[in-house]
Amino acid sequence: MEILTFLIPISLFMGGVGLVAFFWAVKTRQYEDPKGDSQRILSDEYDDRPKQD
Amino acid sequence: MALSSDIDGTAPQDEHVSASACPACLAAPSAEQLAKSGDIKGARLMLSLPTAHCAVCISDVERELHKQPGVKSARVNLTLKRVSVDAEPGVEAGALISALDRIGYEAHELDAGMLSATENDKRGRDLLMRIGVAGFAMMNIMLLSISVWSGAEDSTRDMFHWISGAIAIPTVLFAGRPFFSNAWAALRARRLGMDVPISLAIILATAISLYETSQSGRHAYFDAAVMLTFFLLVGRYLDYRTRATARSAAEELAALEVPRATRLTDTGEETVPVAELRLGDLVRVRPGGRIPADGTVTEGTSETDRSLLTGESLPVYAGPGSVLSTGEVNLTGPLTLSVTAAGKDSSLHRMADLVAAAESAKTKYTSLAERAARAYAPIVHMLSFTSFVTWLYLTGGDVRHALNISAAVLIITCPCALGLAVPAVVTAASGKLFRKGLLIKDGTALERMAEVDTVVFDKTGTLTMGAPRPENLSDLTPEQLSVAAALAGASSHPLARALHEVALAQGCVPATLDDLREVPGFGIEGKWQGQLVRLGRADWIGAEAGDTTATHLKIGEAAPASIRFHDSLRPGAEEAVAAFARQGSEIWLVSGDVEGAVADLAARLGISNYRAGVLPHEKAELVQFLSGAGKHVLMVGDGLNDTAALASAHVSVSPASALDAARTASDIVLLGADLAPVADAARIATQARRRIKENFGISILYNVIAVPIALIGLATPLAAALAMSLSSITVSLNSLRLK
Repeated sequence: MEILTFLIPISLFMGGVGLVAFFWAVKTRQYEDPKGDSQRILSDEYDDRPKQD
Repeated sequence: MALSSDIDGTAPQDEHVSASACPACLAAPSAEQLAKSGDIKGARLMLSLPTAHCAVCISDVERELHKQPGVKSARVNLTLKRVSVDAEPGVEAGALISALDRIGYEAHELDAGMLSATENDKRGRDLLMRIGVAGFAMMNIMLLSISVWSGAEDSTRDMFHWISGAIAIPTVLFAGRPFFSNAWAALRARRLGMDVPISLAIILATAISLYETSQSGRHAYFDAAVMLTFFLLVGRYLDYRTRATARSAAEELAALEVPRATRLTDTGEETVPVAELRLGDLVRVRPGGRIPADGTVTEGTSETDRSLLTGESLPVYAGPGSVLSTGEVNLTGPLTLSVTAAGKDSSLHRMADLVAAAESAKTKYTSLAERAARAYAPIVHMLSFTSFVTWLYLTGGDVRHALNISAAVLIITCPCALGLAVPAVVTAASGKLFRKGLLIKDGTALERMAEVDTVVFDKTGTLTMGAPRPENLSDLTPEQLSVAAALAGASSHPLARALHEVALAQGCVPATLDDLREVPGFGIEGKWQGQLVRLGRADWIGAEAGDTTATHLKIGEAAPASIRFHDSLRPGAEEAVAAFARQGSEIWLVSGDVEGAVADLAARLGISNYRAGVLPHEKAELVQFLSGAGKHVLMVGDGLNDTAALASAHVSVSPASALDAARTASDIVLLGADLAPVADAARIATQARRRIKENFGISILYNVIAVPIALIGLATPLAAALAMSLSSITVSLNSLRLK
């Protein structure tokens, strides 16, 4: 049972990493256009063009 | 208060509250941002793209926009079907729209209320974060709970409960906040919303579990509390998404007209709000502008388009002495009007009165969810309280046990499925309709649409495009055509524009003309190879005036040629009418246009009930008469003259090209030019209503099974978790069955 003292914190930590990644994705607006993103991978053009000016 | 109006009341209100609660602190950043976007970033334009749907559309549109001078960047959002463009100051949306039109994409300008748009997103992102936290916590707690259910004992169980609690309590506090604040607001207004039992269940479950854990009890409901929060947040988010998409687009489409007029004074011109116009004021109206008040023309000649007001499809000549009414569009030359009626007396105001009267006469529709929720809250509270009292009596005063059971009842009856049942179906249905180009502005519109048995169509601008097309260009010699195209290109008159467009599309190269000038109210003239060439009204050219819409071309001394126009049928109009007829609906065609044109169209579409020359209030009266006879009327219209009828109908649809007032009065906006989706909407709405009812049935069935178990004290946290997730998943899957 001692193994639990490692496993539970590890599982919580890994879940936490996932949560932080989700926060980051929401904050950087990656959920704004799910349909467009799924179509854009089919296009040959780079749509993340370098910033002009 | 009820489920849908609860959500209804919070989503839109919250945004409006945030805009008005502290005007000062919001005004400052907004002004700052405006200045920034104006000075540094240039213009930010938003265009709606109803027909975009694939990767090719995205790259086509973006590539084309990048080619336009002054455009810095363009990005398509396919989910919302719009493109946002960063451009140098001075870039006009009109130019971009016509550029997209040339490569075959329909586009409309949206009023980029950038500030409110980001505000909307903020709320959506906020809900999404809370869902993420609740989901994370739910999974971790479930992991621990499963160990408990499968037999963890004593100190291991207590430790797992303590860890669950440590995760659950902050989660509930954070993720449950939308419910708590709504419930608090409902309680302060002395009513029971859907959120009161929800909050009570979440708080009670957490508190009792905490107490049980501290007493080394066997049951803790942390997982149930968090799961409840998670599922209900999902329902709330779906609901928010549907509303936000619909609302922002409908609002942004609106309000390009500014209610201002240019008044002539002794010292010059001044811009005043329309409300300040007085009798006898002189008002100047430029070509393309809307007439701000009823008046008589004192100076200038032009033509006006009154199709939106009366449904007449032909432009009308206006010269000194002509009487114009508010809302007509001045087409070719500047006009000076002497105001004869302003404010309350103007024809527009009378129209607004009609709309207000129609709206107040209409009974408020109570949605299915509202009715369900109204019955729900008292029953749940009563059940829970009764079980508490009964168990207190049975156990001879064991408060802990009685509380445990009443909490279990609250959790089991909690409207997981109910909270998801309606949003999930509405989201699925409105997503489907949005892909077809229909925007649902009102949450209950779908339900009302399902009851429709009578359809009333307007003619000009609804069943027809409201835009004339030349029909006999092939009668012209290539020479005549190129001169006509060149002349037409110099005017913004709708007939001239249509002629120019069609001629170019046929590959005609406009001739080079000199001394081009527009003679307002009459036509355009110029010099071509030394000869005088003219395009315009019959009497000005010296041609014979026919009874159809036509413009005339004269080159030098040659005999004039007539170019006839007809109003083309809106694409999908035939399909829509046929589909409604198949569904067994009664179909009416009601128009302000002349008898001939209306009868002609009715015969073409196979509509037997039609009325011509109908005044705005008569349209509304017809709709009210039909409603009075027990019919559920769907009104489809676009003009100012339809507004009152739209407002009094059971449910109403207007195309995106409609006037603001009409769009505001209607429940559903048609984004594309195609009318066929309207018939699909009726079919999908009927299906959606059936799904909602099925979902209620599923929820009730599950409660009928689970509540007695909870009442006799046999509900374990495992049973609660199973029942909750099963019912939520069943209703979600059932909603997806929409076709």
